[in-house]
Amino acid sequence: MSLSRRDFLKVGSAATAGVAVVGRGLDLAPVEAAATTLKIKEAKAFHSVCPYCAVGCAQLIYTKDNRIIDIEGDPDTPHTLGRLCPKGAATIQLSNNPLRPTKALYRAPGSDRWEEKPLEWMWDEIAKRVKATRDATFVEIEKNKDGKDVVVNRTDGLANLGSACIDNEECYLLTKLMRTLGVVYLEHQARV
Amino acid sequence: MTTNLIDIQNADVIMATSNMAENHPVGFQFVMKAKERGAKLIHVDPRFTRTSAAADMHLPLRSGTNIAFFGGLIKYAIDNNLYFKDYVVHYTNASFLIDPEFKTATDLAGLFEGFDEAKRAYDQKSWKYQLDTEGNPKRDLTLRDPQSVFQLMRRQYNRYTVEMVERVCGIPKEKFIAAATLFCGASGPEKTGTITYALNLTQHTNGVENIRALCMLQLLLGNVGRPGGGVVALRGHANVQGATDLAVLYQDLPGYHPTPLRDAHPDLKTYLEKTTPKSGFVVNRPKWVVSMLKAWYGDKATRENDYGFDWIPKRAAADAYSQQHIFVDMYNGKIKGFFAIGQNPAVGGSNTRVVREALHKLDWLVVQDIFLTETAEVWKAPASSSRAAVNPKDVKTEVFFLPAAPAAEKDGTLTNTMRLIQWHDKAVDPPGDVRSDAEHIYQLGRRLKTLYAGSKAKRDQGLLALTWDYGDKHPSILKVLVEMNGIALEELKDKDGKVLYKKGDPLRTFADLRDDGTTASGIWIYTGVTVADAEGKIVNRAAGRKKADDKDYLAHGWGWSWPANRRILYNRAAAAPDGRPWSEKKKFLWWDPEAPSNVPDKKGRWVGLDVPDFNAFLAPDAKGGDNPYIMRADGKGAFFGPLLDGPFPEHYEPMESPVKNLLSKTQNNPTAKLWKVGEKRNELAGVGSTEYPYVITTYRLTEHHLSGVMSRNLPLLAELFESHFAELSHELARELGIENGERVTVMTPRGKIHVKAMVTRRLKPFTIDGKTVHQIGVPWHWGYNGVPALPGSKGDITNDLSANVGDPNVFIQESKAFLCNVKKGVV
Repeated sequence: MSLSRRDFLKVGSAATAGVAVVGRGLDLAPVEAAATTLKIKEAKAFHSVCPYCAVGCAQLIYTKDNRIIDIEGDPDTPHTLGRLCPKGAATIQLSNNPLRPTKALYRAPGSDRWEEKPLEWMWDEIAKRVKATRDATFVEIEKNKDGKDVVVNRTDGLANLGSACIDNEECYLLTKLMRTLGVVYLEHQARV
Repeated sequence: MTTNLIDIQNADVIMATSNMAENHPVGFQFVMKAKERGAKLIHVDPRFTRTSAAADMHLPLRSGTNIAFFGGLIKYAIDNNLYFKDYVVHYTNASFLIDPEFKTATDLAGLFEGFDEAKRAYDQKSWKYQLDTEGNPKRDLTLRDPQSVFQLMRRQYNRYTVEMVERVCGIPKEKFIAAATLFCGASGPEKTGTITYALNLTQHTNGVENIRALCMLQLLLGNVGRPGGGVVALRGHANVQGATDLAVLYQDLPGYHPTPLRDAHPDLKTYLEKTTPKSGFVVNRPKWVVSMLKAWYGDKATRENDYGFDWIPKRAAADAYSQQHIFVDMYNGKIKGFFAIGQNPAVGGSNTRVVREALHKLDWLVVQDIFLTETAEVWKAPASSSRAAVNPKDVKTEVFFLPAAPAAEKDGTLTNTMRLIQWHDKAVDPPGDVRSDAEHIYQLGRRLKTLYAGSKAKRDQGLLALTWDYGDKHPSILKVLVEMNGIALEELKDKDGKVLYKKGDPLRTFADLRDDGTTASGIWIYTGVTVADAEGKIVNRAAGRKKADDKDYLAHGWGWSWPANRRILYNRAAAAPDGRPWSEKKKFLWWDPEAPSNVPDKKGRWVGLDVPDFNAFLAPDAKGGDNPYIMRADGKGAFFGPLLDGPFPEHYEPMESPVKNLLSKTQNNPTAKLWKVGEKRNELAGVGSTEYPYVITTYRLTEHHLSGVMSRNLPLLAELFESHFAELSHELARELGIENGERVTVMTPRGKIHVKAMVTRRLKPFTIDGKTVHQIGVPWHWGYNGVPALPGSKGDITNDLSANVGDPNVFIQESKAFLCNVKKGVV
């Protein structure tokens, strides 16, 4: 995956025009309006939220033919007034980016390379690993400090980290599944 | 965050303790709006940043001395009678009397009553209220009783003089007095001030006490629950609030219920007894917990089996399982399989050399992310000038990488720093085999249910009972959100027999949750986010996009804010005890005695610019009518509030410090968590170390994001910094003969990094008790992966320098204040 910086900038150039970054200066509103009109002509617009910091800047994503052509701050947003910072203004490159792996990858123990694998295979194999580790390290009953047996249903050999970068519904599914598997080593980025 | 970014514009004074202009630039607009309306901005930060440039006053503070600073402000406000007495008397526990045995850290050389040296912990038996014969706390509304919280607080902080603040923090006395006069002056019925913070306060061995000190100052000045006031917690990730609400955390279940402990919570009954107070709104906890268990285990959750409570694991100890515990335990071989989902611990975390070696010891590792992170490629970490390459042959860990979709490619909600839940649409399909995190997690769960199908083992019954039916391939996200919100499991009637809900209806409010198994709700604080319209169709209020207007500046129709769409928490405190606004200028929520009540023929309700964070019909003169802090058993804001390290915040030096503690002979937080890792893998520099003489703090940049996964891989961002760097003052650079732009070595007992020197006037040496103390700053966004064509997108890992030490309450790392050495060149 060797690409020049210019190749990258071509891919991402749609994001650099017309995005209002915080700051003062010339009144570019008429220019922006014209540029935006051209850019989003025949495009579909979607409501989104910036995935970087926790200000939660609402965004508008414009697409054509299942491809994102522009992401900009949603001007109606009461807590951001439509602005984005440099990170938010670069959001398009999270999607349109040749560095992104689009295949599931597997690295065998001791191997020096990744191998592409079908998703179904990956999900099956990961589930088998989880089961094996859970079954091998599960603690069903433990004595409490008074020497009494307590059902603890805990898996000591499994841990999960993340994420503050995924959606609420994803966090909910993750917590629900991990806790029920007995996972107690469960954390996200709150402390880092 | 108790308030709302939009409301910052109503502040008369703002104290930014974080670098808000650079780390939350879009939110910073409202600070600038406040300034346009005449507010003053004070910036407290070791470095002069863009926030300082916008401020009326910059106070340089040596990292790790926040409590000395806030304690100084508390003393200044009390001594100069600048506190808001009516607020303090009626809305806080200042008037409550404490057990006669209790003694402050002023009396006991930096320790509180009850310290057990061997256990490094407190016996808290004297940390309690005196009770009257009916069991209510005794109060002295004059605040004069020497055992009143107010007088104890005064005693606790009588050492924190302006001279002491100068000696400990390095803030010149005149500057401190000017800032204290300004900030504490914006108190009372007509004025409010707000304080922002981020990891600058949390990442310390007294992180939680730092936040408490800030909150105490805000209570003292009457700034909480009022427009232009509050505590502005500025979080760093798009969903760090949501992930915390949903409890992807060792200590909680969704909605802030503690995860059960083996020794304290053997069954549901005991768990609920021990975690449910006798008064305050949390008396409802059983309804919330039982409803969560019903959401998780459906029909299999019955009264007879404690609604499946046993299927949730019990912690063996309270001191376990946090992020730092995870990597110490992984290093020691206890953890065999590990998921890193949208998180990159090889870079972000403390003592990351140990983290990467710990990852090498796993049997298997799953990484789910947008890009190949340093964590995913930990088996082939390349060499750098400071570090040898990892030989893949030596790493036996099996690694699975699942490509994950960013927000633009999936439906879902994110909860921002002000508790605002906003829905985002899937705009395009993810490419190739990329899937949403939801689908990866859902598919794993489905396969595990298949693998365990038919098992008769007791331990597997929870997984088999788990409700996990959200569609065939990709889970329906709206269905998940409705489950989180909660539904009626059967027809629900009110006490007069009127039907409130039909079976299956989404619940409108957590007030309707029940503890008898007839309601299900995955997370009670989100109840109300999805409701049904008149035709029974789901209305997703997180997707609401109604703009702010003159009638509703807080924009209650834009997204949905937990709890109950309240935008400013504790807003009962926006009115005086009699229910009238404190002032016309700060009018926000008040009691309208003529408004219709919820009971026919009765009148009176709370009205104003927000949803009341209070019983809307409870009159100010009724019992509890002046208790704005509804989540606390006593209804009052807590100056005295036991944490594991003390009921009042006390200044201790960071675990690594260039100086002795001047406020007491107790050098460090005596209850801080310390880890021994391997053979000398977590060594600490001693007090005033000559080998490691400089204070180091880590920080973030506007153009980069945390561990860098979402910025170093994007050319638009990665090209904005040509190299990893360390900021150092001209004075230190001169002493060390270092030129701007030159390569330098930064080292600690844990590791070293090679970076470019950025010699700057943004940092100045501190004078601490007459001695010059240098501090440097190092951002932590770099790692060994990035854009190949942009070499500056890669760099050494800053957290190789930090240590495994933790706050005793939450085990957060201390990466904002530790010690290092700096050497010219690559050493």
